[in-house]
Amino acid sequence: MARMATTQRVVVSTIGAWFFGFLIFFPILWMVLASFKTELEAFAIPPSFLFFHWTTENYATVQERSDYLHHAVNSIIIAGGSTLIALLIAIPAAWSMAFSPTKRTKDILLWMLSTKMMPPVGVLVPIYLIYKSFGLLDSRMGLVFILCLGNLPIVIWMLFTYFKEIPRDILEAARMDGATIGRELVYVLTPMAIPGLASTMLLNLILAWNEAFWTLNLSTSSAAPLTVFIASYSSPEGLFWAKLSAASTLAIAPILVLGWFSQKQLVRGLTFGAVK
Amino acid sequence: MGQITLQDVQKSFGPVHIIKGADLDVADGSFVVFVGPSGCGKTTLLRLIAGLEDVSGGKILIDGKNVVDTPPAKRGLSMVFQSYALYPHMSVRGNIGFGLKMAGLAKDEINRKVEAAAATLNLTPYLDRKPRELSGGQRQRVAIGRAIVREPKAFLFDEPLSNLDAALRVQMRIEVTRLQKQLGTTAIYVTHDQVEAMTMADKIVVLNGGKIEQYGSPLELYERPANLFVAGFIGSPKMNFVTGELAKQQGATTIGVRPEHLRIERDGAGGWQGTIAVAEHLGSDTFLYVDAGPLGMLTARYIGELSLHAGDRVSLMPEPARIHRFDQSGNAVRG
Repeated sequence: MARMATTQRVVVSTIGAWFFGFLIFFPILWMVLASFKTELEAFAIPPSFLFFHWTTENYATVQERSDYLHHAVNSIIIAGGSTLIALLIAIPAAWSMAFSPTKRTKDILLWMLSTKMMPPVGVLVPIYLIYKSFGLLDSRMGLVFILCLGNLPIVIWMLFTYFKEIPRDILEAARMDGATIGRELVYVLTPMAIPGLASTMLLNLILAWNEAFWTLNLSTSSAAPLTVFIASYSSPEGLFWAKLSAASTLAIAPILVLGWFSQKQLVRGLTFGAVK
Repeated sequence: MGQITLQDVQKSFGPVHIIKGADLDVADGSFVVFVGPSGCGKTTLLRLIAGLEDVSGGKILIDGKNVVDTPPAKRGLSMVFQSYALYPHMSVRGNIGFGLKMAGLAKDEINRKVEAAAATLNLTPYLDRKPRELSGGQRQRVAIGRAIVREPKAFLFDEPLSNLDAALRVQMRIEVTRLQKQLGTTAIYVTHDQVEAMTMADKIVVLNGGKIEQYGSPLELYERPANLFVAGFIGSPKMNFVTGELAKQQGATTIGVRPEHLRIERDGAGGWQGTIAVAEHLGSDTFLYVDAGPLGMLTARYIGELSLHAGDRVSLMPEPARIHRFDQSGNAVRG
């Protein structure tokens, strides 16, 4: 009896999990499907799910009208650059806070996080004016800079929690074993921190890749990443659902692939420390 | 060689004085145990010797050389941590050999030494496993292997057995003692367990509130405790203390008698009389907890079985030569 109940429970929870998984994935699926429809079918009511006239003409139009590659390269540079710089600043910061904390460490961490509580639009005008006077508008450097600063609190916070999980005893054991700070870093700390570093990097890449507020407001063409490329399809001439979907699919494809291949790392990193 | 001398070593964290001036001489090749209640500063003292904490004052001499400004690795000591502190991403081989690798030894020499250490500790079949694939006792042995492979001047043990279950603890206790005798290396061992201290040590340091209360061999501490604290801390069950008129007759403020030095008499007329509150029969021993009225609760130990039960009246006769006398400030009165 007990065995039956267990099997039943497994079946029910499996179905439930698939259902919710599908529910969460559905918008992406719908977007991909819409990108293969004609403009007319894209907003037809009732909507057709699979049985429509499949076409790739949207992708052709999108590629013709705007330069996907140019925007993609901008996205890679901006997301990659801001992640790299954020990590360079955050690793030593989180390190010192985790391994030689002071009385104010908790306050500093909270203060850093508090900067994320303000809606970015609150500082749009001053930032815009600063960027204008420094000639940073529509420049990759300007976007790298703002996204790096925007995500820095989260990066530091995440790394801090990972580093805190590394037992002090192990570092002291390495010191007793004669490791200098440099060798301690290379042989003991880094290998132990890799899952945390990887998931922080990945999360930051995704956040920077999808960031729309600052990229839309501070860039127009030469530095414009994929977010601007998508936005250009909701234009004054009207909404082109199918083309918008094609553009969006192209925009999220690289990060989706990256996420797919690193999902094991990502899940491990996000649940790091939950169970000992 | 591994002679360690402490001269007025002090440590404070901010305004809190953890170690209030410790003087100590650890002879080469001896096994010294630091024992005391939690918070007494025994682990801090060990970490000061290791160099993991900086002293606030005083000198630490290793083979006559002051090492207070020498980094931990250069002091030639190795340490076994309570949590084992193994490198989780390295195999047993990598863990044991890490110190040698840091010292820049050649690969075959490292391998040779690691294998010799593993053989001593029965770890040879596990050399290529990761720490997470080992049991608690095996992990502890790897931690010890990491310590012995460097042939240090002294081993420092920080409560290494407290994470093991009771049976394994006794076994490892014997193994560690035997290994230390075999290698002849100086060892300093921290524990809060007075049985570990009594069984393993050549000499015991009893610490309390950041002060060394007494330093001596286990039997010295048992037979001639320097003060009330040591008298109460060493020995199980605890020594009985009696104050008041009875103590005054002996020329002391407090007198102490160990439970095993009380002769138990049924319905006796002399001695200290009372009623048994609890009787524990272990077969090998009988422990009686006796309510002795104005004297308070007294504990008596009888070797073997004694058929007395709760509610029985007994009288307890202290062996005159085994009465410890303490003055008003708690120090032992001799002579």
